[in-house]
Amino acid sequence: MLRSVGRRLLLSVPLLLGVTFLTFLLEALTPGNEALAILGTSADPQQVAALSKRLGLNLPFYVQYWHWLDGVIHGHLGNSAVTGVPVATTLNSHLAVTLWLIGGALVMSAVIGITFGVISALRGGVLGRIVDVVSLGGLAIPTFWLGYLLVLLVAVKLRWLPAVGYVSIGSSLGGWARSLVLPVFTLGVGGVALVAKQTRDAMLDVLSREFIRSLRAWGLASRSIVLKHAMRAALPNVVTLMGLYVVSLLLGTAVVETVFALPGLGSEVVLATSQHDLRVIDGASLYFTLIVVVVFTAADLLTAWLNPRIRSGR
Amino acid sequence: MAVELRAGTAVSVRERSTLVRFLWHPGAAFSVGFLALVVVAALAAPVLPLHNPIVEYYPHLFQGPGSASFPLGTDDLGRDLLSRMVYGARTTLLGVGEALAVFLALGVPLGLVSGFVGGALDSLVMWVADLSYSTPQIVVVLAILSIYSQNETAAMLAVGVLGSFGLTRIVRGSTIAVKNEQYVAAARVSGLSWGRITVRHVLPRIAGPIIVQASLFSSLALLFQTGLEFLGLATHPPAPSWGSMIAEAAQFIVRDPWMIVPPGAIIALTITALGLLGDRVRDVYAERWAPGGVVALGRTRERHQAAPAVVAPSRAAEEDPTSGEAAVRTPALLEVAGLAVVLESRRAEIPVVENVSFELEKRGALGMVGESGCGKTMTVSALLGLLPSGARRRAGSILFDGEALHHYGEKELSRTRGSKIGLISQEPVASLDPNFTVGSQVAEVVRRHRGLSRAEARSVTLELLDMVRLPDPSRVYRRYPHELSGGMAQRVAIAASLAGRPKLLVADEPTTALDVTTQAEIIALLRSLQDELGLSIILISHNWGLVANLCDRVVVMYAGQVVEMGTTVDVFTAPRHPYTAGLLASDPHLVSRADRLRALPGSVPEIGQWPEGCHFAPRCPYAIQACIDAPIAEQRVGAGHAVRCIQHERLVLERPA
Repeated sequence: MLRSVGRRLLLSVPLLLGVTFLTFLLEALTPGNEALAILGTSADPQQVAALSKRLGLNLPFYVQYWHWLDGVIHGHLGNSAVTGVPVATTLNSHLAVTLWLIGGALVMSAVIGITFGVISALRGGVLGRIVDVVSLGGLAIPTFWLGYLLVLLVAVKLRWLPAVGYVSIGSSLGGWARSLVLPVFTLGVGGVALVAKQTRDAMLDVLSREFIRSLRAWGLASRSIVLKHAMRAALPNVVTLMGLYVVSLLLGTAVVETVFALPGLGSEVVLATSQHDLRVIDGASLYFTLIVVVVFTAADLLTAWLNPRIRSGR
Repeated sequence: MAVELRAGTAVSVRERSTLVRFLWHPGAAFSVGFLALVVVAALAAPVLPLHNPIVEYYPHLFQGPGSASFPLGTDDLGRDLLSRMVYGARTTLLGVGEALAVFLALGVPLGLVSGFVGGALDSLVMWVADLSYSTPQIVVVLAILSIYSQNETAAMLAVGVLGSFGLTRIVRGSTIAVKNEQYVAAARVSGLSWGRITVRHVLPRIAGPIIVQASLFSSLALLFQTGLEFLGLATHPPAPSWGSMIAEAAQFIVRDPWMIVPPGAIIALTITALGLLGDRVRDVYAERWAPGGVVALGRTRERHQAAPAVVAPSRAAEEDPTSGEAAVRTPALLEVAGLAVVLESRRAEIPVVENVSFELEKRGALGMVGESGCGKTMTVSALLGLLPSGARRRAGSILFDGEALHHYGEKELSRTRGSKIGLISQEPVASLDPNFTVGSQVAEVVRRHRGLSRAEARSVTLELLDMVRLPDPSRVYRRYPHELSGGMAQRVAIAASLAGRPKLLVADEPTTALDVTTQAEIIALLRSLQDELGLSIILISHNWGLVANLCDRVVVMYAGQVVEMGTTVDVFTAPRHPYTAGLLASDPHLVSRADRLRALPGSVPEIGQWPEGCHFAPRCPYAIQACIDAPIAEQRVGAGHAVRCIQHERLVLERPA
């Protein structure tokens, strides 16, 4: 158990360094861009050069990276080139929304996806067919399109839920929940489809294993065989998939935050991209990678805990 | 070289039928047709009779669908939606194509090299692949887009690079699998270069997985590409793209909801088509490379469809060879009559067990022998209602202790299993659930059958573990299957099988996976359990010694039929079927090394390729024309001794005294 977490952490450090370094490397390919971004494209070249020097943009990029890393260790991520606000302050204030979205989508895809997947594995009939179609459709419908259709139907036509905007959990619990229902649903539909597909495949694989035949031969009820024994053996696959799913969710959060006008990390980093606000992008790459590391570590812990071979410490 | 040649021709013969089968499917036909239509329309856009996608036809704003000049309507600026969709495909599909090209160009060679070379290079590639999985693509892509403003080519190339490691992993896995296969090993030995082996053997083999991955990746790339377009990061307005069309439509969603329908629908349809394509390729591929695949079975279908129908009626009327002796024996616990099991494929039924009849008396032990693939396991699986999916009992009756099991549904059968008939299988460790302690598994079975509390079930379980002679039951209770030896695991499996106090224990090659000492111990255990509990036993085994040790009667099966049955003594000392004689002569436990030359030549015919006459005739030294012409009936040759052979007299005459 410790070994598998240790392995993951060993992989996490190079990952964090690698992704942030890559970000710097890419940025370094066009020096001066940031100064231009601050001063505007019509700025006087001398001014641009002076600002570049003041910001340390003339230094080799690895020196810049080193300075940035040094700052990260002390909790400084630099200041936004556009607004001048410290990057950490901006990102922290946007973090909650994104975490709620990711968490909500994960819970939704786990609960509905696993249920659908099990039904689909066991039933070949109409119910199974319906689940298969829903799974296929869930993957095919683009997030942003679905988001707008839901806004149109649920918010504009039926007026059940607010169309856009975010209410923080501190100001109103009900308002917070209402503001997240549609975004989470929009974001989670793809996950439901992915998890359902993976669950079905894993269940079918497990159900053909020898021990399932033994459990049946011993006379156990099929409810216990499916829900206790087969499920337990299929879960590690599903957990691993959900870890990978979070990586792909990050673009989804940017899209959903844009559709529903939510102040999250994704929409912030999209804004920073169009404004060439490099320090914000550097900081966001750190945040996003940290989210991935946390999720993968949790997935590894869960997989290890589910597997007695690893748990019993061999 | 001969080996390599055979493998090559087999593939080319199958090639055409695979392609036909692939397209002969509504999903596949739709996806191929649809994707072709989209790509051709995008390529041919400039020569198609379309409006200019960026010209604003001023008075025609927000025009709905259906008019002759704007079939899909117009947008907020009066631009033709159909034309924007077709021209938008050029932008969108170009991005997907770029990503896909990088994905394939990097993933395939890297996977091949990694798989072939192995060692440190392989470890490095797999490490980088691990890293790439956890890399948030959006971070890298946005960093690129913040530098190269609106440059979707750079962004999608990056998506291709990051995605390619997933493909690398799949290609590497398949390469390693193919590399280790016999015909590739043979090709290597015969001096073929790696390059030619790759082109001739490996690529055709992994083409399926690559296409599946490519279609999966294409749909992800399409979502990524349209997502970036939607966010306004990858395109220059007013040039159209699918994603930016949705962003434009979103601004007017309340005023004109229709505008958002065409671009969303085309994206959803394209992804659906890619998904269906990938699924279909995977299915066809799985069929084609499955061991003893459906293709092979399919060819001989017609010949065998008729065979059982001819055989069955005559057999059903046949006299039961053992009925004469029924009066002098104790009443039967199990009576199987005319049992037939078939494998059902989409269009045909392939017999795997034909007209099997036998009896087992109370406290009796019956041995079942025969080579692998003769239907022994299928026969006992049918008793328990545990036939694998695709197999079905087509005919026959199963009477157990006065109950007609052949009339039972799944629910009643599940109540029979464990409480009336128990089963232990070949692979002791694999037959236990790896995720639970063995004690908790057995206790669950105990609770199921005896309705006890947890504490009571625990103590009954400990008694059971003790009864199967496991040392220190309370320690074994807490162990997981992977912590047990094969012999201990088999004892646990026996304990679980006996938890419901069954009257019959079916042991399907219970000792095959065990070493010789343990084999003897397990058989001794079964023997003493038989005495203590008054059990009846069916023992399936390849080992005549074990059968002789435990069983009083023997059934010999060959290619789905009972070819001989009788008391163990009769069958051992005076076998009447050439197959039985051959099996006895080739058993390494019974004969000296020199005698083993008499071993059976050839092998059991594949399921679906059984001869119409005597199934054993092709391998039989005594076969005459009559053996090949028609099915052979069972003949009684002594008290309780029956044989399915018309030449059995010759076998007696030719036996050396």
